[in-house]
Amino acid sequence: MKRLDNEVRVLLLDGLGGPMTRRGFLKRAGAAGLLVGASGFLAACGGSESSSTTAAGGGGEISEELFFYNWSDYIDEETLPNFETEYGTKVVYDNYSSNDDLLAKLQSGASGYDIIVPTDYMITTMLGLDLIQEIDLDNIPNVANLYPRFREAPFDPGNKYSIPWQWGTTGIGYNSVKVPDFRPSWDMLWDEKYSGKITMMSEIRDVFAVALFRLGYDPNTRDAAQIEEAKQMLIEQKPLLKHYSSSTYIDELASEDSYLSHGWSGDVFQAQLDNEDVMYAVPEEGSLTWVDSMCIPKGAPHKYTAEVFMDYVCRPEVAAAISNYVFYASPNEAAEEFILPEILEDPQIYPAQETMDKLSFLEELGTDTELYNQAYQELRAS
Amino acid sequence: MSAASKTALGRRKPRDQRVKEKGLRAYVAFVYAFLFAPIVVLVLFSFNDSKRNATWQGFTLKWYRALFNDQPVLDSLWLTLRVAVIATVIATLIGALAAYALTRYKFRGSSVYNGAIYVPLVIPEIVFAVALLSGFNVAGFNLTIRTVIIAHVAFMVSFVIVVVKARMAGFDKTLEEAAMDLGANEVQTFVYVTLPFMVPGILAGALLAFVLSFDDFVITFFNSGVGNTTLPLKVYSMVKFGVTPEINAISVFMLLISILMLAASYKLQGAPPTVTIDAPTKD
Amino acid sequence: MSKTPANRGAEGGTSSAIFEKHGDPLSRAMARLRGHSFAVANLLMAPTMLWLVLFLMLPLGVILVYSFGSRGTYGDVILGFSFDNYLRAFNPTWLPVILRSFGFAALATVFTLVLGYPLAYFIAVYGGRRKNMYLIMVMLPFWTSYLIRTYSWIVILRSQGVINTVLQSMHIIDNPLDLLNTPFSVVLGLTYGFLPFMTLPLYSSLEKLDKSLIEASWDLGANRVWTLLRVTIPLSMPGVIAGTLLTFIPAVGDFVTPDLLGGPNTMMIGNLIQQQFLSARDWAYGSALSFSLMAILLLGIFFYVRKAGTENLA
Repeated sequence: MKRLDNEVRVLLLDGLGGPMTRRGFLKRAGAAGLLVGASGFLAACGGSESSSTTAAGGGGEISEELFFYNWSDYIDEETLPNFETEYGTKVVYDNYSSNDDLLAKLQSGASGYDIIVPTDYMITTMLGLDLIQEIDLDNIPNVANLYPRFREAPFDPGNKYSIPWQWGTTGIGYNSVKVPDFRPSWDMLWDEKYSGKITMMSEIRDVFAVALFRLGYDPNTRDAAQIEEAKQMLIEQKPLLKHYSSSTYIDELASEDSYLSHGWSGDVFQAQLDNEDVMYAVPEEGSLTWVDSMCIPKGAPHKYTAEVFMDYVCRPEVAAAISNYVFYASPNEAAEEFILPEILEDPQIYPAQETMDKLSFLEELGTDTELYNQAYQELRAS
Repeated sequence: MSAASKTALGRRKPRDQRVKEKGLRAYVAFVYAFLFAPIVVLVLFSFNDSKRNATWQGFTLKWYRALFNDQPVLDSLWLTLRVAVIATVIATLIGALAAYALTRYKFRGSSVYNGAIYVPLVIPEIVFAVALLSGFNVAGFNLTIRTVIIAHVAFMVSFVIVVVKARMAGFDKTLEEAAMDLGANEVQTFVYVTLPFMVPGILAGALLAFVLSFDDFVITFFNSGVGNTTLPLKVYSMVKFGVTPEINAISVFMLLISILMLAASYKLQGAPPTVTIDAPTKD
Repeated sequence: MSKTPANRGAEGGTSSAIFEKHGDPLSRAMARLRGHSFAVANLLMAPTMLWLVLFLMLPLGVILVYSFGSRGTYGDVILGFSFDNYLRAFNPTWLPVILRSFGFAALATVFTLVLGYPLAYFIAVYGGRRKNMYLIMVMLPFWTSYLIRTYSWIVILRSQGVINTVLQSMHIIDNPLDLLNTPFSVVLGLTYGFLPFMTLPLYSSLEKLDKSLIEASWDLGANRVWTLLRVTIPLSMPGVIAGTLLTFIPAVGDFVTPDLLGGPNTMMIGNLIQQQFLSARDWAYGSALSFSLMAILLLGIFFYVRKAGTENLA
């Protein structure tokens, strides 16, 4: 089956001339890619002051294949096919649904992927475990299109290892009809009126972040006493909970089995599609913001092509297309002019500046993570 | 008088027996209902006009249309079936042989083997998955469909062995001796006496093994290579953003195929009649 | 005199010995082997054992080594030699989790037995020509995605789900029953998921029951209960043992069911172990937990099979 694919591709590009060796094919594919890319760019940007460029420097050849490992349902339908056409590369697209699964797999020695998309704190972990490699920004000139805060993110200042994909916030999904007295505060998750209709996520750090914010502490605290306090607060909450789950709360909000759910922004919109009473809010005590970024694992077979792909994703139109489909916020500033107004103006997706100021990233805490692990297990076992 | 109301010896079944048999049938019907209850819901929701499997939003056929245009999902189903069939065949083969060895022979070291059989059963899946992956990594194996099949056989074989052993317990060795006394050679004895006896156990073990492979996520996730997406991998990866009813549609599709195959084999086979002693009835 | 069966008897000796001397080459070879049952048995066991040693025992050895190590800064394993992880594993905080896991698994095993035994009995004894069809019908629901089946159970059990809607519309209850995210739903999920694991071994064992044996027992005057207790069940004991093992053990380590169908207080040991390898990234501790659990289970199996076992099962 694989040979057939190759043959089809050869046929498609055969127009560029006669018999070819493999190297000849690649060269022609690369040249064709650049030509097509350049003309595509010229056509697309019209007269606008576009900051989109095609990847030129760095050196390397575009490979025949690219192995892309991403979250499920996190890309629109055109991006990959367009990339494939433009560069003649076949993208093999696999999915996962948890950072931890991804890490465990890489840690155990699995390799083969060119691009993975871990969440912010996971990048620090992967760096610490020497699982990802530096990227060559010369091949990614479009990185200039990103918002400044994603160029100097705490977990990867200077984008040495990651290029952001999408970002979002954590907050509360709530049913506006069943919870008429809703205030954007974490207190709502401790409201006894709604006992049995409240859910929390099951991510260790996310869960503790909620309590820490409510107590006015830093969600990345290393202070054992503060963590203990947070744990006690969470133990008090336990009887009110339906359960801890990071995936079923979307269904539960939609089916009204839950009125108040701790959740991620984009997920709550999924629930909204089925139940228009569902809304999302970022609590005023502060909350987490997260960003999923593309990285290149060590041992990636097609590093250069991966970087070209990252650059491709940083084009404003491409970045916008992705956001317009998945309904998360794009880290790409230049993409703003292409993003649907209803997304751009939705404070649930693009929070107002005052809210943004109260958002923090989760940080990897190294050995101090043990404090949280232990506390979480005691919480769940209590 | 109908055949059902006669015993194997041709006598008429006493009334309380028939009543209790009806009771058994009713209970069994209830158990089947329990088994198929979520399947009914599953089929229903394959027509759900929503991206999620949560609330009923209306009737639509779009998921079936989507399914037949969705090459990756169909590919993953095909891959899953291939892996499951190959792994089941291997596991059933080596497992049946092992079960035969363990029950038919008393030999030194059999208790060690017997103990070893239970190890795959008691290991938590994540441990097995991670251990095997680390093992592959150390040995320098690339992750491919082969590693998936190897992993599956490794955890399936114990199930097959336990099931076949249960079948073989109490197997009358003298049957084999009798066959040989009557002139059969070793091979004939095995094929015509022992093997038929084992078959229901082997079938039961194979059915169980197939399901284990078909539905496996954890071990497959960690031991599959790029592009080896089985159906469970595809489904579980959707959990974060919503498992669409397209997966229901593919499940319905699988069910239909299985039922069709079942019906076909039932018709084609015309299964051999069981031996009944038809004593003439006097009443 | 030619070697016809009738003549053979006249020569005396066991059939194997006869074949060793006078049979065709294949039978001669096999008969010679059969005399050496040790060799044959090992030969038959070889593929399985090879597979298990290479792809199970050796990799497990790596994990065993980890269990004596400790957690590195970012979740890697620092090799060492300490029993700390094992001491932590036996921390009394986990007692509720362990008891709960064993409890849920035991309940599920009992329920699968109650549901599965009559089912297996029916198929084996009354199935007739349709035996295989009935058997496959038992497996059919499981040729779908596990996740979807569980979601379907959620649809059935939740507060506006099938059960509650039906019961409420029939005015049997006024307020919806709290069926989901409870110990009940977890045990239900386990029972459902493991029903084939109980039924198939039971069937495997029951199928060799001669139906006429049972009826002979009835004809001879025994009532049904007596026959069940003294004839059927003892004959099917290997199946019961196999079924309970194949249900209880995986159920103890199950983590998906309590995750999806469970509440805040239904965490099972499978969840705990899974967390160590994934979110807590403490493989050393997770390994110790796993091996502790495995040791307990293996010990349990040993005594269980010994005590309840028929001679051929252990």
